[in-house]
Amino acid sequence: MAVTIYPDSFDPWQALQQHQDSRLQSGKFGATATFVGTMRDFNEGDDVQGMTLEHYPGMTESQLQLIIDEAAQQWPLEDSFIAHRVGPILPGEPIVLVACWSAHRAAAFDACRFLMEALKSKAPFWKKETLADNSQRWVEKNTDGYSHPPA
Amino acid sequence: MAVKVKFFASMREYLNQSELDISVSGATTVAAVWQQVAGDKPMPENTVCAVNQTQAKPDFAVNDGDEVAFFPPVTGG
Repeated sequence: MAVTIYPDSFDPWQALQQHQDSRLQSGKFGATATFVGTMRDFNEGDDVQGMTLEHYPGMTESQLQLIIDEAAQQWPLEDSFIAHRVGPILPGEPIVLVACWSAHRAAAFDACRFLMEALKSKAPFWKKETLADNSQRWVEKNTDGYSHPPA
Repeated sequence: MAVKVKFFASMREYLNQSELDISVSGATTVAAVWQQVAGDKPMPENTVCAVNQTQAKPDFAVNDGDEVAFFPPVTGG
């Protein structure tokens, strides 16, 4: 169970591999579910050229640890890992990595989804976008994390 | 008693300050801390408050040495 905040660009796949190699025992897990969030160059109909991610040092880490602990109580996980970027960030760069390891896929998938949605609603991070015309604005709401297929 | 107050993101810009130490006399609450620091500026409706890095309601009691924070709804991930 680990949380890492990156002040500079990070490679989520490398972080995932490093975490798995150092924390997990080969053969003990049968499912790894991962989510990687990447910065888009558009939002709410506008071109976006960059973004600054702010956080609340201390509270951000403790909130992420709380949701990791909550997931560990709800699902039989071997391990879970959250990595999140802060600071100035450009389109195409990774923002967040969530990974869960379990014996079977159900727990890994469900816990990974839970961690991502809980992070979105509870962890103190804020995004300020710079648009194509150099104006800036705070992102005020997150998109709905669940898809709603037609009935 | 001494209280540390922090503001983040749009709240920092709204009040034009990020962090300050204030002294209060007697029992106080999150809402009273806001009033002392923000004066006439009302607390925006969707403000999230935290005491010692745990989310708290405006009527939550604040004690000596506490850290009180105000910020907008979170938008990470």
